[in-house]
Amino acid sequence: MSAVIRWGRPAVLVAALAFGAVFPLLFPNPLTTTYAIDTLIFVGWVVAWNMFSGYSGYISLGSAVFFGSGAYTVGLLALHHNLKGGVTFALLPLGGLVAAAIAVPFGLVALRVRRHTFVVVTIAVFFIFQLLAYNLAFTGGNGGVSTPFATWDPSTFNNPYYYAAFIIAVGAIALSWLVRGSRFGLQLLAIRDDEDRARGLGVRAMRVKLTAFVMSAFVIGVIGGLWILFIGQALPESAYDPNYDLTVALMGFLGGFGTLWGPVLGGLILEPVQQQITQHFTNGYAGLIAFGGLFLLVILFLPRGLLPTGKEWLTKLQARSERRRESAPGGLATSGAAAAAGSGDGAGTVAAAGSAERSGTPGAGGTR
Amino acid sequence: MTALLRVEGVCKAFGGVQALNGCALEVEKGSIAGLIGPNGSGKTTLFNVITGYEHVDDGDVYLSDRKITNLAPDKVFALGIGRTFQLTRVFARLTVMENMIVAAHHKERAAQGTRLRNPFARAGGPATRRRAMELLEFVGIEKHAGALAETLSYGQRKLLELSYVLMAEPEIILLDEPAGGVNPTLIGMITERIRELNRQGTTFLIVEHNMEFVMGLCDRVTVLDYGNAVVAGPPEMIRTDHRVLDAYLGTAEGDDDVSAA
Repeated sequence: MSAVIRWGRPAVLVAALAFGAVFPLLFPNPLTTTYAIDTLIFVGWVVAWNMFSGYSGYISLGSAVFFGSGAYTVGLLALHHNLKGGVTFALLPLGGLVAAAIAVPFGLVALRVRRHTFVVVTIAVFFIFQLLAYNLAFTGGNGGVSTPFATWDPSTFNNPYYYAAFIIAVGAIALSWLVRGSRFGLQLLAIRDDEDRARGLGVRAMRVKLTAFVMSAFVIGVIGGLWILFIGQALPESAYDPNYDLTVALMGFLGGFGTLWGPVLGGLILEPVQQQITQHFTNGYAGLIAFGGLFLLVILFLPRGLLPTGKEWLTKLQARSERRRESAPGGLATSGAAAAAGSGDGAGTVAAAGSAERSGTPGAGGTR
Repeated sequence: MTALLRVEGVCKAFGGVQALNGCALEVEKGSIAGLIGPNGSGKTTLFNVITGYEHVDDGDVYLSDRKITNLAPDKVFALGIGRTFQLTRVFARLTVMENMIVAAHHKERAAQGTRLRNPFARAGGPATRRRAMELLEFVGIEKHAGALAETLSYGQRKLLELSYVLMAEPEIILLDEPAGGVNPTLIGMITERIRELNRQGTTFLIVEHNMEFVMGLCDRVTVLDYGNAVVAGPPEMIRTDHRVLDAYLGTAEGDDDVSAA
């Protein structure tokens, strides 16, 4: 049992990475790889979004600002220098940098306010950027910007994009993991729980929030850049799409807001679902309505998301079966032995106590 | 003895309500000072002003002759003033240990010096965790180190709040109603811990309504009324001062037209 716990997680990780690496070989159908690329793009995006919004509790509905700005940056550079094919991937960090540069003034303004006000400010800034994309001279107005097409073999055309999206998504997850375990990440979580208390314990709240906001923006900008290279065209309404803002937030909430893997799960589930919906409902509004309904259901019934709720059920089940075992005849000896084994490992005991306590509070700390 | 904390002529109004009105206060180094007064007399506002949560309209705050008026809360904390809140505030969805590590942050940062810092440095080194366990043992909640703070009882949260403030080894700790809503056994324990810390050199400023607690613990008590310090002196003097009775029981003016934020 303990071996399963120790090796289970790394084994699943390695298997997932290996599966991701060979996916285009297993499913070479361009339609399938297109779905996969879209999904990975959203997985990376929601992980990056969660790195700021999930950890700090500041729910941003303006992350498409960074996506669109990254897309326009990369698109315009590719267009004006007539770049195509592999070399265009070198533009992606520039897309990230522009998004990060935008995040600094955006954050300095928006992060002064909290909760609902913050959400409203992010929406407002988002619409400013969409309007700018429509109206500025260099963005191409309504026509948007189109990138030169790569002259790759059609049968494997998607593969470079797939691998770029895969690497970016894995990178985003790795970054999110690093942040979560770091002192910096702990300060973000403290800000989520009680910002004023954190300030009174020496946390420089504005600096911490802004850093996370900018880091998240960089990753989303890179992803936006990849998106335009793949799609080949960005329009003001598609690069700065308010639905994307909501979709990303929904993915985060569905999987588990503020957890490491929840957003990954949310992205992996929702993006394919959304693709199916768009395919089956020719009327675009039906898809939107279905999505809105799903949002409501998640907020009402899964406020903490799939992952935390699932974990809770699992610990509850374990606790129940343990109680049953203890009450069964002869069970006492086994549990005694387990306790003896446990006491040899102080850290393990503390952790076990912790998880038991966690399971004792269903639904607590819910909807913030 | 020199004043470690000094408040001079501090005024603070919320709209039309004058919460602090030229308030002055001195806390001597190494003492346990008490701050009492009826509801709405400005005690918590004074705490907020000292710790940077509220900006003053007028007046100044000094920490050993260093002016700290209107500094941000994180800077005030870094200079050596820790505080607890009247309604206990802990990081509910972090573990007790993580709560402790958050408070150790600025100390860890200082220990690293000016070297280029790793932005992804793991939270809580072994020294920090050891110190945190010692402090949790000191207040008797060490067995909850791995539990989420939201699972603690009210009294345990009070103890956690006290112990994480101690992580930074502040020179002076401001306690806002440490005995409020806590059972007598725990009050006894908190009293003992404060005395112990005071022997080790920590200065305290305590707001409390429990008179027995204040009078038994404090070297000097200041009475606040209508945003002003009306009397200050040793407990036995405060007990018999008629102005204190006036403040609490009210005179002809009445005492229900001032409310604190």
